[in-house]
Amino acid sequence: MADNNHDHASFAHPAPVKMLLAVFFSLIFLTILTVVTAGQLPHPFGLYVAFFIATMKAALVMLFFMHMFWDKSFNSIVFMSSFLFALLFVSMTLMDTKAYQNDIDQFPREAEVQAPNP
Amino acid sequence: MAVADSHADEHHDHDHHDHGEFIAHHFDNAEQQFDSGKLGIWVFLVTEVLFFSGLFVAYILYRNHHPEIFEQAHVFLDKWLGGVNTVVLLFSSLTMALAVRAAQLGKNKQVALMVLITMVCAAVFLGVKAVEYSHKWDMGILVRSAFDAPTLAAALNDGVHPEPTVILGLKFSKWLVTLSIVPAVLLVAFLIASGVAKGMNKDIMSKFMACMAITVGGYFIGLLGGYFYQEMTADSHGSHAMVTPADQDGPMVLYALTQDEDHDEKAHAEEEGHEHEHGEDDDHDHAEGAHAEGEHDHGHEHGSSHGPKVDPADYNRDIGIFFSIYYCMTGLHAIHIIGGIAALAWILYRSLAGHWREDYFGPVDYVGLYWHLVDLIWIYLFPMLYLID
Repeated sequence: MADNNHDHASFAHPAPVKMLLAVFFSLIFLTILTVVTAGQLPHPFGLYVAFFIATMKAALVMLFFMHMFWDKSFNSIVFMSSFLFALLFVSMTLMDTKAYQNDIDQFPREAEVQAPNP
Repeated sequence: MAVADSHADEHHDHDHHDHGEFIAHHFDNAEQQFDSGKLGIWVFLVTEVLFFSGLFVAYILYRNHHPEIFEQAHVFLDKWLGGVNTVVLLFSSLTMALAVRAAQLGKNKQVALMVLITMVCAAVFLGVKAVEYSHKWDMGILVRSAFDAPTLAAALNDGVHPEPTVILGLKFSKWLVTLSIVPAVLLVAFLIASGVAKGMNKDIMSKFMACMAITVGGYFIGLLGGYFYQEMTADSHGSHAMVTPADQDGPMVLYALTQDEDHDEKAHAEEEGHEHEHGEDDDHDHAEGAHAEGEHDHGHEHGSSHGPKVDPADYNRDIGIFFSIYYCMTGLHAIHIIGGIAALAWILYRSLAGHWREDYFGPVDYVGLYWHLVDLIWIYLFPMLYLID
């Protein structure tokens, strides 16, 4: 029992206030950056830049605000697996998405069916 | 940890390890309980990510198929209001992280203050969202099945808006007033409850109810902020779309919506040729059929359909689908914000009761993780919906 008393607070890792503030201001900076650059970049790049900035922000939030940096790696693996499965979900669906386009194109539209052909 | 020690000593006979006040019997120690809860909340967050991923799939597929719809529809979203909401949420994430830190140090008063600020920010977010939603509903911008193209065209062309409700000389949308009924009732109820609790000498409950009233007050701060922003940025038509119909280079949807009937018939005539004569009735049907043939290419070369071939009916349907996705994503997110406020309220009450200790702060940490996830989702929703180039 005496042994247990020693590690009372050992699992708490209070984050330094300065670090939290630095993360916050980085997030604000990235937000301003993404708003300012929106619509300013040539077509495909704007999307990539916005997505890249969003991922930077997400990484900052996860690593520091969510303490993933100090957390047990098992918890990180569990959480990261969700992104893996989300990615599978998206990519599998995208692979299939145009499979029936020909059938759709050939399918008579409601309007055409209803309209009497003169 | 004097409290924990003395408590443990009392129960020494039947507990073979130190169990503080909130350490459940089936855990070896505080750390094991904390780690178990932490794994639990991470697993819950996994289900949340997968829950939202369904909507992300809908978004990605639809944007992939119809990029032009997104370019047309996002002009109805104000990126500055969305940006302010992003900053508000990021700030609430900061205060949440500070609350977790304070809980880890056992500073209950600081936890209470930080959680209260987090809750107020959440309410401000909802207030701004209410302004955004009600403004869209006024303009007939609804989900696809309820999309009101004539109202939208009237709002854009002539600035026709539904009769506002006048409160204290300010004109508020009826939708906004409707949305605010529940917060207004809650505000009064929390104030009364706080007074009653004080009368009954329930000090903690009285403080808690007062904090809840302050939280609901945050909704009205956000609402008024959003309202005055809308009033300032409203153009002469009273519409807040970032592109007006007068703008010739405006997106196709506005072009299409502002065309009059003559144009529609001309487009139809060009499309159909002059092969057959038809009455008024099947005129519209043919226009739709003609467009259906042309529809296949506008996904690929969307720039080229900027012309007389545009069928208003079709574009109305399409941007309606964008707003179906928009309302589902932001609506589900807003429900998570409301759920977050409820969870934070629980944390606030326990902070006021002084429950957190250096070896017992798990619930603050868990709710904090959930709150950061809600922020995380918004970090992606904001560029996806508001910042389409």
